[in-house]
Amino acid sequence: MQMFADLFGSHWPDVQLVAWTLIKIVAIVLPLMIAVAYLTYAERKVIGYMQVRIGPNRVGPAGLLQPLADGLKLLFKEIILPTASNKALFFIGPILAIAPAFAAWAVVPFDATMVLANVDAGLLYILAMTSVAVYGVIIAGWASNSKYAFLGSLRSAAQIVSYEIAMGFTLVGVLMCANSLNLGKIVMGQEGGFWHWYFLPLFPLFVVYFISAVAETNRAPFDVAEGESEIVAGFHVEYSGMAFAVFFLAEYANMMLVSMLAALMFLGGWLSPVPFLPDSILWLLAKVGFLLFLFLWFRATFPRYRYDQIMRLGWKVFIPITLVWIIVVGGMMQTQWAYLFH
Amino acid sequence: MQFTDIVFYVLSAILLFSGIRVITTRNPVHAALFLVLAFFTAAGIWLLLEAEFLAIALILVYVGAVMVLFLFVVMMLDINLDKLREGFWEYLPMAGFIGVLMVVEMTMVLAEKNLLPSEAVSLPANVSNTAALGKVLYTEYLLPFELAAVVLLVAMIAAIVLTLRERQDNKSMNPAEQVKVKRSDRLRIVSMPAEKRAETTEEKQ
Repeated sequence: MQMFADLFGSHWPDVQLVAWTLIKIVAIVLPLMIAVAYLTYAERKVIGYMQVRIGPNRVGPAGLLQPLADGLKLLFKEIILPTASNKALFFIGPILAIAPAFAAWAVVPFDATMVLANVDAGLLYILAMTSVAVYGVIIAGWASNSKYAFLGSLRSAAQIVSYEIAMGFTLVGVLMCANSLNLGKIVMGQEGGFWHWYFLPLFPLFVVYFISAVAETNRAPFDVAEGESEIVAGFHVEYSGMAFAVFFLAEYANMMLVSMLAALMFLGGWLSPVPFLPDSILWLLAKVGFLLFLFLWFRATFPRYRYDQIMRLGWKVFIPITLVWIIVVGGMMQTQWAYLFH
Repeated sequence: MQFTDIVFYVLSAILLFSGIRVITTRNPVHAALFLVLAFFTAAGIWLLLEAEFLAIALILVYVGAVMVLFLFVVMMLDINLDKLREGFWEYLPMAGFIGVLMVVEMTMVLAEKNLLPSEAVSLPANVSNTAALGKVLYTEYLLPFELAAVVLLVAMIAAIVLTLRERQDNKSMNPAEQVKVKRSDRLRIVSMPAEKRAETTEEKQ
C-alpha cells in the first residue's frame, strides 16, 4: 500500500477514491448480471409452470445452469454483419441499449447507506437515463437496413416516448409527497410501516407507473417492437450471437431497474412493512422479486395489444389519470388531510 | 491544471468536434446522432458548473424526446445526398461571412464580463440546485413562467389543428363501440332440423 502511496504522491487520495468507486461499480454490476441471467431462468420456469410444463431442467440440478449454458452458446456464435448495414452504427446500437440500463443503477440506493452516488436529483437522473435507452433500439433498427427491423424500431420509439410522459407525471406525484428528488429521501419519507407507503395515497399513479414500466421495457403485452408474429423479431432481427444477447441483457436489466424504482418509490424500499421487524435490504429484494414476478405473470397471461390500442391507452387514459391525480394530491395537501400524503 | 479543467477541455473538444460534424457529415442520420452527442457533452459541461437540473433537463428533453422524434423523421426521409450538397462551395463564402459576423457579435455582447476567467461559485453542500430553481420559478417569476407555458400550449394545439385532417382511408376504430357490440349484432343463430342420414348400400346388406 505504502509503495503505491509514494508512487502517486499528492494524488493518492484521488486514486483511492477512483479505485474505491470502481470496486463499488463492480459490486453493483456483477450481482446485476447474475440476477439478469437467473431472471431469464425464472421467466422460463414460471411461465413453464403457468402453462403446465416443467421448463428448463436438463443442465445442472433443476436446470439451474441453463443460463450459463445459454450465455456460453451465444458467446461462441458468429456475429453476422449484414452487407447493406451501416457498420459503425450496427455495433453502437447494442452498446447504447445496455449502457443506460446499467448507468441508471448509479443512484439507486439499496439501503440507508448503500448507494454509489447519493445525488439530489437522482430521480431526474434515472428518468434521463431511461429516456436515452430508446436510442439503442432506434439505431439498431435503422442500421440493420432491414424493413422488419426498421418497423420494430419505429414502433418502439413512438411507444417509449409516449409512455415516458405518463411515467414522468407519476414521478411528479411521488416527489410532491416526498418533497425531494433524492431516492434515499423518498424512501425515508415512507417510514412508519405498511400504511405509510406511497402506493396507498398514490394508488392510481402506482398502477399507471407499473403498466407504463411494462410498456417502456417492451415487455408483453406491449412487446410490439419485437412482435414475432408480425415482424419476426423487430429491431434485433438482424443481430446474432453476443450482439443479440446484449439486447437481451439490456431488456432484463431495464425490467429490474423499473421494478427497483417502483419498490423504492411506492413500496417503501428497504423499509419493513411492520414495526417489529427490522429494515433490511432483504425487504427491498423481496419487493423487487414480487414486481418482477408480475412481469412474468403478465407475459404468461395477456395477449399482445394492438398498436393503436397501446397508443390510446398511453395518451388518452394514462396521461389524463396522472394529471387529475396530481391536481388531487396538490389540492389535498392544502387541506387538513395533507398528512395522508406525507 | 486541475482535474476538472482537464474534463472541461475534453468535453469542449468533443462538443466542438460533434458540432462541426453535424453540418459536415454526409448522412442526415449521422448528423442527428452527432447533435445528440453535442447535447450530451453540453450537459456534461453544465454538470461541471454544478447546474445539475439544467444538465439533466437537457438530456431528458432534448436527447430523450426531441431528438428521438427528429431521428424518427430523418430516418424515414429518402434524401438524395448529392442534391443536398449541390452548391455547397458556391454558398460557402457568404455563409462563412454570416457565421463569423454572428461569432463577433456574440463575443462583443458577452466578452465584457463573461469571457474573463472566473471561479465558478460553488454552492454550499445543503443547497439543492433543483429546489432553488423551482422556488424562483414559482415565486418570483411565476407569471412569466405561466405565460411561457400558455404560449407553448397554444403552439402545440395550433400545430395539431393545422395538421389534423380526417383521412378517408383511415381504419381507426372506436373502442367504446367495439366493446358495446353484442352477439346479436354479428351473429344469427338459425335452428335447423337435423337431416336424416342417407342410407348407403352397404348398410342394406
